[in-house]
Amino acid sequence: MNLHVTSGVYAERSRSIIRELKHLEGPMLPILHALQEEFGFIPDEVKPVIAHELNLSRAEVHGVVTFYHDFRQAPAGRHVLKLCRAEACQAMGGDDLADAARRLLGIDFHQTTLDGAVTLEPVYCLGLCACAPAAMLDEDVHGRVDEHCLGELVAEARR
Amino acid sequence: MTLIQEKDFGTPASASEAQVTLTIDGRQVTVPEGTSIMRASMEAGVQVPKLCATDMVDAFGSCRLCLVEVEGRNGTPASCTTPVAPGLVVHTQTERLKQIRRGVMELYISDHPLDCLTCAANGDCELQDMAGAVGLRDVRYGYDGDNHVRARNDGEINAKWMPKDESNPYFAYDPSKCIVCSRCVRACEEVQGTFALTIEGRGFDSRVSPGMHEHFLESECVSCGACVQACPTATLTEKSVIAIGQPEHSAVTTCAYCGVGCSFKAEMRGEELVRMVPYKDGQANRGHSCVKGRFAYGYANHKDRILNPMIREKITDPWREVTWEEAFAHVASEFKRLQYQYGRDSIGGITSSRCTNEETFLVQKLIRAGFGNNNVDTCARVCHSPTGYGLGQAFGTSAGTQNFDSVEHSDVVVVIGANPTDGHPVFGSRLKKRLRQGAKLIVIDPRRIDLVRTPHVEAAYHLPLKPGTNVAVLTALAHVIVTEGIFDEAFIRERCDWSEFQDWAAFVAEPQHSPEETETFTGVPADLVRGAARLYAKGGNGAIYYGLGVTEHSQGSTTVMAIANLAMATGNIGRPGVGVNPLRGQNNVQGSCDMGSFPHELPGYRHISDDATRDTFEKMWGVTLNNEPGLRIPNMLDAAVEGTFKGIYIQGEDILQSDPDTKHVSAGLAAMECVVVHDLFLNETANYAHVFLPGSTFLEKDGTFTNAERRINRVRKVMSPKNGYADWEVTQKLAQAMGLNWTYTHPSQIMDEIAATTPSFAGVSYAYLEEKGSVQWPCNEKFPDGSPIMHVGGFVRGKGKFIRTEYVATDERTGPRFPLLLTTGRILSQYNVGAQTRRTDNVVWHDEDRLEIHPHDAEQRGIKDGDWVKLASRSGDTTLRALITDRVAPGVVYTTFHHPDTQANVITTDFSDWATNCPEYKVTAVQVSPSNGPTEWQQDYEELARRSRRIAGKMEAAE
Repeated sequence: MNLHVTSGVYAERSRSIIRELKHLEGPMLPILHALQEEFGFIPDEVKPVIAHELNLSRAEVHGVVTFYHDFRQAPAGRHVLKLCRAEACQAMGGDDLADAARRLLGIDFHQTTLDGAVTLEPVYCLGLCACAPAAMLDEDVHGRVDEHCLGELVAEARR
Repeated sequence: MTLIQEKDFGTPASASEAQVTLTIDGRQVTVPEGTSIMRASMEAGVQVPKLCATDMVDAFGSCRLCLVEVEGRNGTPASCTTPVAPGLVVHTQTERLKQIRRGVMELYISDHPLDCLTCAANGDCELQDMAGAVGLRDVRYGYDGDNHVRARNDGEINAKWMPKDESNPYFAYDPSKCIVCSRCVRACEEVQGTFALTIEGRGFDSRVSPGMHEHFLESECVSCGACVQACPTATLTEKSVIAIGQPEHSAVTTCAYCGVGCSFKAEMRGEELVRMVPYKDGQANRGHSCVKGRFAYGYANHKDRILNPMIREKITDPWREVTWEEAFAHVASEFKRLQYQYGRDSIGGITSSRCTNEETFLVQKLIRAGFGNNNVDTCARVCHSPTGYGLGQAFGTSAGTQNFDSVEHSDVVVVIGANPTDGHPVFGSRLKKRLRQGAKLIVIDPRRIDLVRTPHVEAAYHLPLKPGTNVAVLTALAHVIVTEGIFDEAFIRERCDWSEFQDWAAFVAEPQHSPEETETFTGVPADLVRGAARLYAKGGNGAIYYGLGVTEHSQGSTTVMAIANLAMATGNIGRPGVGVNPLRGQNNVQGSCDMGSFPHELPGYRHISDDATRDTFEKMWGVTLNNEPGLRIPNMLDAAVEGTFKGIYIQGEDILQSDPDTKHVSAGLAAMECVVVHDLFLNETANYAHVFLPGSTFLEKDGTFTNAERRINRVRKVMSPKNGYADWEVTQKLAQAMGLNWTYTHPSQIMDEIAATTPSFAGVSYAYLEEKGSVQWPCNEKFPDGSPIMHVGGFVRGKGKFIRTEYVATDERTGPRFPLLLTTGRILSQYNVGAQTRRTDNVVWHDEDRLEIHPHDAEQRGIKDGDWVKLASRSGDTTLRALITDRVAPGVVYTTFHHPDTQANVITTDFSDWATNCPEYKVTAVQVSPSNGPTEWQQDYEELARRSRRIAGKMEAAE
């Protein structure tokens, strides 16, 4: 992912992605996923492009993008570590695990480490309650996470 | 007088015919199927607490306050989203519901400022009302913790707090007071159809966001005010309410801007106007408004408004303020002198499409009965006179065939030469609503107007024709309908003259009228014409709406006839959802035509040569009327230049700015000896006036306006005229000074005289309007309830008349010197020549006229966006700034005409409609070139305007 893309380029690049998917029924979410895949986040400047292509107002697109926490307003680190903060995980020591993650990475939730390696996000919930507390590194879920396991995940992400 | 309170039923009415009976709190109520329990309760007189529901938008079910219990059903359903069912037994107040509602209110209030006493909505706040209704006494959660209310929490910056957005000149958005009920978002979507608002974020982060978290002014918002009206709290509030406070009384009146004729409640405190709120029972607007009617009334108090009569000997002199008596005596003696010296026909007058029916009637009466000639005309000459002529020929009446509600039943809508979302915004919103429900749209316009593609609306066909080729395109549509045999033979045989149809059909079927042939000069691809023709003919209820892009051409009347032909050939006349609908430009342009403003017609479109009609008026007025038609405006000006026409009384019209070929108009006015201008402001025409009579606004007088759907609406006086007299009083006093024995004490007496002399108004009186709210003429013995739809069962003239419409290219042609075609139009925030809207905060949206030009044409000429350009035609030249856009086709340029310093009509030529002299504003061959600044004409004119606005003893007014 190139973080030095100048303004206007996202809009230009998004157009072909949008045109490929706009024929779908309910095309907005597939388009947003594809754009996030491409850019790592949903740049503000692509919202009017989506609005124009789908004949919506830019307010409507903004409403949808901001409704879903998974659509990022800014690029994330190279890896995203999500910790489940829902009831079952909290009951199984999720709070301590969260503190440990903050300490290990030196950042709070919604922040990215200075080396750009890891972004820490809370999530409610991963549906892995039977194996609480749960975490997710990029696309992979991990159950019964303890501090040791967390350390390994972070080390892997930092590599 | 009290404040008119409109009942909010919570959800919209159901149109179902089936009735359902249920019991609510022990009361039996019968309502249409599909009604919500909430609305049924209101019908039964039981008010269910609610916050997110209001009857202007569909139910949403988010506030959880309107919960009810239904016997035999589980849980506590929301009454707004639960439809009625036969035999339901509903309880709206139980112990369980009380507990739930209090709990919900506690949550709302725990994140809401407690500044009720100093809040602008104090006394008009639904949150406050509901807190009272549910008996809220305590908030167990306290007010600390996460909130949107305070800028700082214990000294820490509160990231959830957002500052007030005061970017819109008319209303403020205070996010700290928002309860996120979404009423504003839904009003913007469902009522206005702009979709400028959304809820951003989710859960506790949810906030109303204009555009992409923008300020209101920068967002897609068009400032219609629907969101402000929908807001139950002080989150969205009119700035005037914040400044003044809550109104204490109100009156229902009619907007004085466009021909939609929206009903408003003028909400007052004493004689001070607090706000204009669209009236739900208004049958033209159904509770909606636009930025002009809702907010742009500040011109009434603008410093430029003239409040004292003024006189001057020569137009180079400064104005001298005089008493009313002196002014009337002066005008009377001057007019008498001119008639003595130059003959009876040497003076005349112009009625106003901005004034009331009663005032217009009086002006034409003054001219016919007082001046003794028929030299009366009106600005409809320059807009819809071809409509009057064309529809009169085809159908037998000079007016649109439908009411605005009709659009709710249309399946295919054709918009020709009109731009409803800018020019007639409230109708535009109603049309968009229908289009979102699935109706198809065909746009015939040289320019890509907003309707062609705007959120959730897309035209099935846009025929981007070359300006001036309307008749060719419409005849090509007819060619397809006839040659493909998709006309409605049964309708034509029953309702029209079959032999005339056959003649017309043979004519349009000629091969030179085929889309393939006409494509070469109209520029419209043949397959688009064929597709559009099939859609209109076979797509169900087909309605045509058209505007000045049809009439303001050398073949304006022919185009109107071509439209009538299409409607008759496809059977689209005489029932809801169809018809031929001119969108009239001004609030009372229909009325001013009805009231006998044309030189050849007495009120009710009866020719001046008709002895019986003249006899009616002669008996009533006690005079003998001249049976020869008088002069039209262009003829008056010609006669003035020749030296035979010397004096004119112009009520509420700025002919210098609105009429074509400005230089010819100014030469005509300059040649007259007594020009009397009766207006709110020293308008451009007043630069050539000898007498200025100050006018009154629509808020300062009683009367009626007639809108584009022939609806006669009341205008009610809510404040005393600042200039001393309502306009009808001024005309009466002028008539008295000229020796006429007029003794009207109220406009209702004038309406009685109209009803007594004019058959189509026979049933109209102020008492009748008081009872019915409004009525659509004809209203008489035959149609006691008025006529929402005309030509039901048969045409007014008997058989509908098909007329051959041969295309004749205008004499205005492009060539090497003038290779581009200029066409003109309006923008949403400004109205016509801008005399009113330029004197309001509406200028934040449009503070200058811009020339729209295609990138290709701009590049050829080395023009960049925002550059000053010179726009030149055979008539003259002017300068303005360029706006580069592909909304116009290559070869076409477009501008608005709202600002006098642009003077777009310096450019337009004196070509006009063959039948009615309606000027050809919409086609002028021009050249565009880079420029450094104003042309010589603009500089000279500016100097003249400055000099001619001097008032003796006063500082020069800065425009």
